[in-house]
Parts: sequence; structure tokens; C-alpha cells
Amino acid sequence: MKENNNILVKLENTGVQVDKKWLVRGVSFEIQRGKIVTLIGPNGSGKTTTAKLALGIHKNIEGKVHKFTNKISYVPQKISIDWTLPLRVSDFMLLTENLTTNEIDTALDLTGVKHLKNNDLRNLSGGEFQRVLIARAIAKKPDLLVLDEPVQGVDFKGEIALYELIKKISEKLGCGILLISHDLHVVMSATDYVVCLNGHVCCSGTPQAVANDSKYKELFGDRASTILSVYEHDHDHTHSTDGSIETKK
Amino acid sequence: MFDDFFIRALAAGLGLALVTGPLGCFVIWRRLSFFAGTLAHSALLGVTLAISFDINISFSVLLVSSAIALILLRLQKTTKLPGDALLGLLAHSSLAIGLVVIGFLSYIRFDIMGLLFGDILAVNKKDLLVIWVGGAIILLILKIIWKPLFASTVNYELAEAEGMQPEKVNIIFTILMAAIIAISIKMVGILLITGMLIIPAAMARNLANNPQQMVVLSIIGGILAVLVGLFSSMQFNSASGPSIITAALLLFILSFLKINKLRQLKK
Repeated sequence: MKENNNILVKLENTGVQVDKKWLVRGVSFEIQRGKIVTLIGPNGSGKTTTAKLALGIHKNIEGKVHKFTNKISYVPQKISIDWTLPLRVSDFMLLTENLTTNEIDTALDLTGVKHLKNNDLRNLSGGEFQRVLIARAIAKKPDLLVLDEPVQGVDFKGEIALYELIKKISEKLGCGILLISHDLHVVMSATDYVVCLNGHVCCSGTPQAVANDSKYKELFGDRASTILSVYEHDHDHTHSTDGSIETKK
Repeated sequence: MFDDFFIRALAAGLGLALVTGPLGCFVIWRRLSFFAGTLAHSALLGVTLAISFDINISFSVLLVSSAIALILLRLQKTTKLPGDALLGLLAHSSLAIGLVVIGFLSYIRFDIMGLLFGDILAVNKKDLLVIWVGGAIILLILKIIWKPLFASTVNYELAEAEGMQPEKVNIIFTILMAAIIAISIKMVGILLITGMLIIPAAMARNLANNPQQMVVLSIIGGILAVLVGLFSSMQFNSASGPSIITAALLLFILSFLKINKLRQLKK
């Protein structure tokens, strides 16, 4: 029972169909406090759908989703702000939670966009917007953080820093994370549990187990399975004392 | 100095502007201009039903407009027609049914112009009470649901994921829209209530750079439109409802001029 207290969301054999076509089916996994679960899979394999299942966005689903928390932050894959809405970054930060100015500043500072606080949200670049989305999500101090390709459009240097930040936040807050990422490097190095999707669960387990699974090799090609070993022998950077990456020049 | 009816008209108009200001902002943000028009059209059916069954007009309009709005929400989920087609379907069919029913009521002398354009100068004390009490209730509910409603306006799925219950607040908002139309139909009429919702908010959009500011400017714009409209209708003996909307339009045009000036100053 003690383990049960750490479970934030549990999916049991869930699936959803639209126009009689199954988007995903038979998906089961759980997200625990302090753990990072990653969804991988080709385009159209149902990653975003699965995340939405876990969030309870889809109605009329097959199977069961048990939610044990209401403190959830979501970074959607796509979000478009209508021109009809005058909305500054600081207004957007307060969208679903009442935060102090201090909390807003701290979160924006962490993702490196504090200087944009009074800018209009629609004048940001793609990468800046992603940083604001992540800042808003972590400022809420959620129990569960769902990130759908959170670093899309972010520059290479920022990408690594943001993944490091996400990992640090999960350790500090002890929150569970559901991550969707195309970056197999990151997935394999920073994740506790991997779910490989292709309309159904292809294979799942620790990064090592998945990388060695034949179905994973089939889906991503032989090269993908070497990523783990590549990563393990990748020494083009060092870690500073606080765990952040220092790139060797 | 002023006649009683003019004071009552002012009080009614100002009460209306206080409520249409914030609601109008949501109409603009959610692209609901046509939706507001649909509800207003369906109000005609509400009025004719009120006369047929001898019930309170505001109450009857509230019921019919709410019903039409809820049918719309249902249809949006179950059919593959785009939203504007559904709105057109409901707007014109409810207007048509309303007109057909009026035809059967030929034994009653019926002021259809009054229905379409309202008569703010004919507002009595009971109407004033309905406007101010009803308006206060609408504003109070809007304040309570503000955060989830605004969140679901920005992004529905994000609001859903983070426990803001967007579906519930959408329904409440829809009923608030029906309610404002119900309490204002006698004053500005079916055709002009949409203008009162949209034009001051559109003016505010030209000037505001954040949501709160837009709501405040929208209210101020509505109040100015009522003041200018009513006083000029007295001065020039023009129809008061249309004068208010014309005043709102003038404010909108002025807000454009101001933006262009600001842009020039920046350069």
C-alpha cells in the first residue's frame, strides 16, 4: 500500500477511438512521484493521445484512468493564441493559478525568459514561447507535469539546459513527469521508464530494456538501439557541482 | 431639468453598459459575434411566446435563448457542420418561427419595430429593477467563473487538463449571454443588443494590451456610448437605441485614429 501513495496517475488498458478508428488502444502504465515516464513512437503512434488520456481530456474512453492528484501542469504540443486576445506573458502565467510576482519572476528566470515578462505573448518566437509554457507549468509547483515535446523550437544549447531544468524540478518538487520526446538521447539518459507506442504499447520498461527490445529496433531502426551505448560513452561534456552540464570546447 | 423618462433611460443604459462591457470582451475573444446575434434572433420567438402565454417577457426570452444556446452546444458536438452554419441554421429558423407565431397573434396589436429596435425611453421602474438586479447577478457569476472561463478561452485542453472544468463554465457563460439579451431586449431590441456587446469591446481591443484593461475600457466605451447616444437623441430628436449604437461606432473610429497617432509618435 505504501507504494500506492506514490502513484499519481494509473492507466489501465485505456484506448480511445475517433470515427471508428482507434487512435491508441490497450495502453497501461503508471506515473509515480519523483519518476519520469517517457512516451516515444513514430508520428501518429498516439503519443499525444495517450498524454491526453492520462490528463482526462478525452471523454468516452475504453479502460480506466485513475487520477490521484489534481495539481497538474500541462505543456501542450500545440497552442495558438488568438489575435483577438491581448495577453502578456505575465497574464498567461496566472492562467490557472494565483501566483505572486515573486513566483512568476523566479519561474521565468529559471527558463531564461524573465526579460520578456511584459511582452505580448504572440510576439514571442517559437522557442521563447516554449520557455514561457514550461515556466508557467513549473511555477504552479504541480504534483504531475505533462510535457508534450516541451523543447520544440528551442535552440540546441537551451534544449539541454531545459531538460536539465525539468529533471532538477522533478527532484526538487518530487513531482511525477510524463514526457513526450523525439530526442532519443534525452529519453534514454534521463528517464526512469519508457513506453514505446505504435497505436498500442510496443514495448515498455527501463531505457535499457526498451533499447534492447527487438520491437523497438524494428520501429526505430538498428541505429536507434545504439543510442544508449553512444550516450554512455559520450564524454563531450562535464557536469558542474549542481548537476548542470558544462560543454567542453 | 430632465424628464423622468430620460433619467430612467440613462439609468437603464448605464446598467446595460456595465454588463455588456465584460461580456462583450468574451464575445470578441471567443469569436462569438455571430453567436450573440443568433441568441438575439431567437429572442423574438421568446417574446412571441411570452405574449401568447401571457408570461413575463424577460423570463420567456431567457428560457428560449438558453434553450437555443444549449441546442447549439449539443449540435456542435454531434454534427459535422461548422459552427457558423449551425448558428445560421438556428438564428434564421428561430426568427422564422417567431415571425410565423406573430402572424397567428393578429388579434393583438403588435409593435414589431419596438421588438427589433427596442425603446429605451419607455423603460419603467420595474424594468430598471430587472436590469440592475439582473445585471448585478450576471456580473457576480461572471466574476466567480472568470478564471476558468478565461483559461478555457485561451486554450480549452489546457484548462481541461488543469482542472478548470471548461465544459461547465462554457454552459454557464452561454446562459449569461442569454440572460443579458433577456433583460435588455426591451431597451435596445433584437438587432441592436449585438452591437452593444461587440462595438465597445472591439473599441477596447484597439487600445488595450492586457485582458483586464480591455474589460475596463469596454465598460467605459459602453457608458460613453449610452451618454452620447441618449443626449444626442434628445438634441436631434433621433431614435435613441440606434443613436447609442451610432455613438459606439464613432468611439470605435476614434480609437482607430488614436492608434495611428500613437504609431506615428513611436516613429
